[in-house]
Amino acid sequence: MFGFGILSGLILLPLVGAAFILALRGDDSATQRNARWAALITTLVTFGLSIVAWNRFDIANPGFQLLEQKTWLSETILYKLGVDGISMPFILLTTFLMPFCILASWHSIETRVREYMIAFLVLETLMIGVFAALDVVLFYVFFEGGLIPMFLIIGIWGGKRRIYASFKFFLYTLAGSLLMLLAIFVMYGVAGTTDITVLLKTHFDPSMQKYLWLAFFASFAVKMPMWPVHTWLPDAHVEAPTAGSVILAGILLKMGGYGFLRFSVPMFPDASQYFAPLVFTLSIIAIIYTSLVALVQEDIKKLIAYSSVAHMGFVTLGIFALNQQGVQGAVFQMVSHGLVSGALFLCVGVVYDRMHTREIAAYGGLVNRMPLYAVAMLVFTMANVGLPGTSGFVGEFLTLVGAYKANSWVALFATTGVILSAAYALYLYRRVIFGVLDKPSLQSIKDLDARELVLLGPLLVLTIYYGVQPGPILDACAASVTLLVKNFDAAIAATKTAALALN
Amino acid sequence: MNSLSFALAHTLPELILVCGALVLLMMGAYKGTKGDWIISELAIAILGIAFLTLFTKLDGKALIWDGAFVDDAYARFMKGLALVGALVSLLLSREYMAREKIDQFEFPVLILLSTTGMLMLISAQNLIGLYLGLELMSLALYVVAAFHRDNVRASEAGLKYFVLGSLSSGMLLYGSSLLYGFAGTVSFAGIAEALKGGASLGVIFALVFVLAGLAFKMSLVPFHMWTPDVYEGAPTPVTAFFASAPKMAAVAITVRIIITAFPAVTMQWQQIIVFIALLSMALGSFAAIGQTNLKRLMAYSSIGHMGFAMVGLVPGTQAGVYGVLIYMAIYLTMTLGTFAALLSMRIGDRYVETIADLAGLSRSRGTMAFFVAMMMLSLAGIPPLAGFFAKLYVFQPAIQAGFYWLAIIGVLLSVVSTFYYLRIVKVIYFDEPAAEFSPVHREVTGVLWVASLLVLLFWVWPSPVLDAASAAARSLF
Repeated sequence: MFGFGILSGLILLPLVGAAFILALRGDDSATQRNARWAALITTLVTFGLSIVAWNRFDIANPGFQLLEQKTWLSETILYKLGVDGISMPFILLTTFLMPFCILASWHSIETRVREYMIAFLVLETLMIGVFAALDVVLFYVFFEGGLIPMFLIIGIWGGKRRIYASFKFFLYTLAGSLLMLLAIFVMYGVAGTTDITVLLKTHFDPSMQKYLWLAFFASFAVKMPMWPVHTWLPDAHVEAPTAGSVILAGILLKMGGYGFLRFSVPMFPDASQYFAPLVFTLSIIAIIYTSLVALVQEDIKKLIAYSSVAHMGFVTLGIFALNQQGVQGAVFQMVSHGLVSGALFLCVGVVYDRMHTREIAAYGGLVNRMPLYAVAMLVFTMANVGLPGTSGFVGEFLTLVGAYKANSWVALFATTGVILSAAYALYLYRRVIFGVLDKPSLQSIKDLDARELVLLGPLLVLTIYYGVQPGPILDACAASVTLLVKNFDAAIAATKTAALALN
Repeated sequence: MNSLSFALAHTLPELILVCGALVLLMMGAYKGTKGDWIISELAIAILGIAFLTLFTKLDGKALIWDGAFVDDAYARFMKGLALVGALVSLLLSREYMAREKIDQFEFPVLILLSTTGMLMLISAQNLIGLYLGLELMSLALYVVAAFHRDNVRASEAGLKYFVLGSLSSGMLLYGSSLLYGFAGTVSFAGIAEALKGGASLGVIFALVFVLAGLAFKMSLVPFHMWTPDVYEGAPTPVTAFFASAPKMAAVAITVRIIITAFPAVTMQWQQIIVFIALLSMALGSFAAIGQTNLKRLMAYSSIGHMGFAMVGLVPGTQAGVYGVLIYMAIYLTMTLGTFAALLSMRIGDRYVETIADLAGLSRSRGTMAFFVAMMMLSLAGIPPLAGFFAKLYVFQPAIQAGFYWLAIIGVLLSVVSTFYYLRIVKVIYFDEPAAEFSPVHREVTGVLWVASLLVLLFWVWPSPVLDAASAAARSLF
């Protein structure tokens, strides 16, 4: 229809839902119910459509598929969409997590429900757009446009220090991405187009690559977030409503990793190799330092937020190991972390809705009153630790294998992070779930209800399923990652030959 | 076509405005204050007709009046912007002027005369035309700034603007006379020809003075001092007018004179423009942080925005001018939208003036709150709103021409400015409601709607603006 394909459909569909909710009038409970249902149905339909897209997707083909192209700002700045094995899993992850976000906000959001649902649907559009865009400027528009709904979500429906957190989130991310925008202009000047497929084939001068790489790094490192620019994340996570945290941890952080894989590594191979030690260092610091910081947190959400930073350290490690295992492991780790950390935030949301506190000290002995909750939390905690048999293990294992091949010392230090993550996660679990239930406020706490079971059940199943059967995700990205690594090696070899020829 | 009808055809918008202004002046003088309501409507209609005549298909470029006046695509584009600015400001002014009891018939007439001056200025092709247009525009502006003559702040604004404006006119005139002395001609093309062999120190002096005079009209640092006071003191619709139409004209002539008269001294004017662009962006970003009055804040915001627009002029290329034109078109939309928002919010019997007045707007007036928030984020340059594309088109040519540091400092300053725009969004969305808002007329909210939709949906169909700007930029080279 109108020459638009299925990816445009995916981008447009949430907007249609948002427009529908916008058309609802009034603020009574009936309108609120309608808004919730409309949002849920929209996200479910979007998920269905993304499954259709997945069926049309050929995993054996390493290139871009489901292409669409229209002229947009000029003949050379295009509205171009397409997916490959690296972006497809993230689109599915996005559409998969969205219904959970809506469902998680079913009762906990009572004020301005309409606006809340609209903000989430717009955010979904922008997130899908980030992963589907095949034009850098278009990518940038989606990438940064996502700040607006997230700013509002944190600021309106967030906790006590929501204003500070929302400003910090917005300004940190903006400062990083504007430098990337300038780098995009430079690339446009060299290549004469912002089409990603062309830019991937363009050779940038190695000395220029370093500056471009740094500019992109400024944006993605903040988004990821990497130490030392991670400080916005704990604040944003703690103050955001549950669903906001799920999206932040589940998808927004992945944009950083996706950006590295889509731009930094394939477009600036020489610079990527040059800066890999820097990334390794920052990743190791992130893994060890933030794990230690997580150990002393008093706030459940903050603890999980720091653990997210540590896990993202593994992702950057894997990506800049620059070999098949590392990169595939990074993709897997991102998807797995999307599921697991999303689920952990949902778990926090469950008790937060009951007790309205995130203090670890306010809980204890929950297993006595909430056995089902204890089971769910246990599985996700174990997955967070990276226990074999859960999806967390596969990603960490592969990234560490990749890192070992690149530099064994790096792998050694990074592995200590796994031990530390076990320490803080189990310590958290013991304090919240085990022990005696002696706090009077907890005496009448209820176990998971049907909605919460629906919420956590699928995530639990997937966490274990991907733990024993990682094939689907790994196969999906295998062909594209192989191509990425092959091109990278070829580019490095070409630079070497050129250097030799000069001597 | 003989030369007279040729000249008339190419000055049709100006003729319509001048005749219209004279007729309205007569009507007002004979009918007294009773008939003033229709005068405002008629003035709007005249501006509308003048705007429509811009679309009549005339062949590319016409030099008339011995080369003093040019009608090209560039002029038509900028005239369109100036006319829209004037028209919308008048539209916004009607209710406000009536409420403040300053709805005299002179106001629309003065706006028409000032707009005539702008059109002359935009089309000026020599120094005489430039000065005549500039003074016609400015004299009317001095009067409208102090139009609320019983109000101390308004009188102060008018006086300040007049004194500083005269000073800047003097500088411009001094620079022009020096230029004439060195080049032996007043025509832009002639000056460019004369400077080809190399410029003496005197010419550089002249260049500095001319640019200083023009920078004053664009409110660029260090010639910005009048801006916050005049913006705050003048009646709000007048501020809307100040922020829109004259800025378009001043930028238009600055770009024109630099591109057509000074290509030989590119190095020199680039230094000046880089300097004032950087200072303006910095001042616009930092000084606005402490403001509590919305009009003052908009003054600093406009200083910053003019700085950003100048970034596009720095490379002196066609792509850069194209960027400036797009920037001005989008900036016009955002400014008019913001002032429409200011004029559509009343608490009790006064108009909203401070940021705190906006507290909790999202609860009481959801749609308007959304529009204001989007307008602020667009001014901050966040995609996918129009303000982002404006920045895109000025920074891209600057990078292309190798002005990396200017661009890097520019975007970092834009992060700083984002802070105060976000603060307004915060007050609107995150704070608790403070006061009830009284209803206002449709036409003001109508302007807000149109401007907001343009800002929100620019990315869907940008080609009309882009194509027009592209043709305009091409006609200058």
